[in-house]
Amino acid sequence: SSYSFPWLVLAIAMVRFYMEKGTHKGLYKSIQKTLKFFQTFALLEIVHCLIGIVPTSVIVAGVQVSSRIFMVWLITHSIKPIQNEESVVLFLVAWTVTEITRYSFYTFSLLDHLPYFIKWARYNFFIILYPVGVVGELLTIYAALPYVKKTGMFSIRLPNKYNVSFDYYYFLLITMASYIPLFPQLYFHMLRQRRKVLHGEVIVEKDD
Amino acid sequence: MRRKERSTSRFAPATFQGLASNMWPVVTILDGTATPPRGGEWRAAPRPHFDWWVAKHLSARPCLARAPPPRCVPQADWPASWRERLVLTQDQPRGAGSKVEILDAKTREKLCFLDKVEPHATIAEIKNLFTKTHPQWYPARQSLRLDPKGKSLKDEDVLQKLPVGTTATLYFRDLGAQISWVTVFLTEYAGPLFIYLLFYFRVPFIYGHKYDFTSSRHTVVHLACICHSFHYVKRLLETLFVHRFSHGTMPLRNIFKNCTYYWGFAAWMAYYINHPLYTPPTYGAQQVKLALAIFVICQLGNFSIHMALRDLRPAGSKTRKIPYPTKNPFTWLFLLVSCPNYTYEVGSWIGFAIMTQCLPVALFSLVGFTQMTIWAKGKHRSYLKEFRDYPPLRMPIIPFLL
Repeated sequence: SSYSFPWLVLAIAMVRFYMEKGTHKGLYKSIQKTLKFFQTFALLEIVHCLIGIVPTSVIVAGVQVSSRIFMVWLITHSIKPIQNEESVVLFLVAWTVTEITRYSFYTFSLLDHLPYFIKWARYNFFIILYPVGVVGELLTIYAALPYVKKTGMFSIRLPNKYNVSFDYYYFLLITMASYIPLFPQLYFHMLRQRRKVLHGEVIVEKDD
Repeated sequence: MRRKERSTSRFAPATFQGLASNMWPVVTILDGTATPPRGGEWRAAPRPHFDWWVAKHLSARPCLARAPPPRCVPQADWPASWRERLVLTQDQPRGAGSKVEILDAKTREKLCFLDKVEPHATIAEIKNLFTKTHPQWYPARQSLRLDPKGKSLKDEDVLQKLPVGTTATLYFRDLGAQISWVTVFLTEYAGPLFIYLLFYFRVPFIYGHKYDFTSSRHTVVHLACICHSFHYVKRLLETLFVHRFSHGTMPLRNIFKNCTYYWGFAAWMAYYINHPLYTPPTYGAQQVKLALAIFVICQLGNFSIHMALRDLRPAGSKTRKIPYPTKNPFTWLFLLVSCPNYTYEVGSWIGFAIMTQCLPVALFSLVGFTQMTIWAKGKHRSYLKEFRDYPPLRMPIIPFLL
């Protein structure tokens, strides 16, 4: 699985940019093509879960991938003014490190030659990176709200032929609220996996 | 012990002789008519396998050399598995009851031991007995099974007919708090009826204050309210008087899930249809008339199917039969479809969507169609499994297609 390659490219590009320019402004613009191209590729991951190459459940992977696609295409790509926010760097860094560890883990697992460090990293880094990434995403959406309200983008107003309306502003508010039930579930799922894999605990699943 | 006699000329009739000289008593069965051969004595009949067996098992064990003759072992000394097999093939002696022990399916902890249970007792009666010792687990919440991971036993199953020994071991699983189907149906249908009317009468705080309690100037909006309300009143009356439920209860959390779905969609649809800025259908009265015709036909069809299904099952019973078309033309759809009630239901909602030309209504129809297709496929599969002679032309929900 060579999916760690694009993320390594991104990581290197981000570090180089910061070392050259000394600021994060314009960072997003420089890496956006790579980011969009490869993040969309992540849709393949859902196919992998469906086929069964990767042991993650389809729902967990689906939630993960859709939140990434949402952030990249519906927020940072569409709302240009927020691209220079610090929160963008925050979640980009979190994503990059997470993805590199995760894909290295999968690659080495497939090769049957998994160094303990990679396994340790995969099941420990997320403890910090997940909350950091979530904070970055939420702050970015919050920063985008005034622009959405002002321009009325992605919205359908009444009256119209199909008698329907959609307000992107309220949609974003609901999305932010949905982090509250969804994030703990993903986080505790990873914590459970960590206890099982690293500490060999046998966890009896509560069944309905 | 007589010495083994070896004769050289002829085989003796039915003579029993072993290899070792000090082993078996020689048993000679003669009917008095046979005579030894001329000049010789009786010879042992060759019995190679028996001889081999004896040599293998008994020659090394002189203490067993003289094996005791078989005796009748009293039943009390039989191995347990033999005793149980005997019990299965015999009737219980009069006056003695079966014993039932109930274990938790997950922890295998002994929850209850029932003594002197009538062999003809049903699972329903055992569930009632179990409730006496554990009142928090009323019968509807209990799932009893023979195997911890197996299927749940039905209430009608008789204890005696199950493959159990003298003490039946049943595994218990808690199904969680239960609620009756009737309650769930009434709640989930009364909601949309009431909620739609809130939007129709434009109660305050929904639309702008200048629209409070105003009435729409479009005929189609009034028609839509009549159709929607009629639909849910029909469903409520069917729940009370028509439907015969095969299950009594469902898990409690279902009521929250179902009500959210029905009430949520009803509010979403009603908001747009009764909105002051509502746009009537593009093709005007023609579109509305056609859609109304579709809606009425499908409602009548849906009701006819519910009545036909009710007549299929006598009151209080849980029998299952193949439904067939009756004299009512609406039931002729049974020729092509296993679940025409779902077909007519989707048709009604498509009619309503065309009538109101409202996208949320179309989305509601789509979601409903998806769910009903899943149910229809399941029902179709169970029909096929249960009835050998099930009509092959029938599809689950859409004739010839799905």
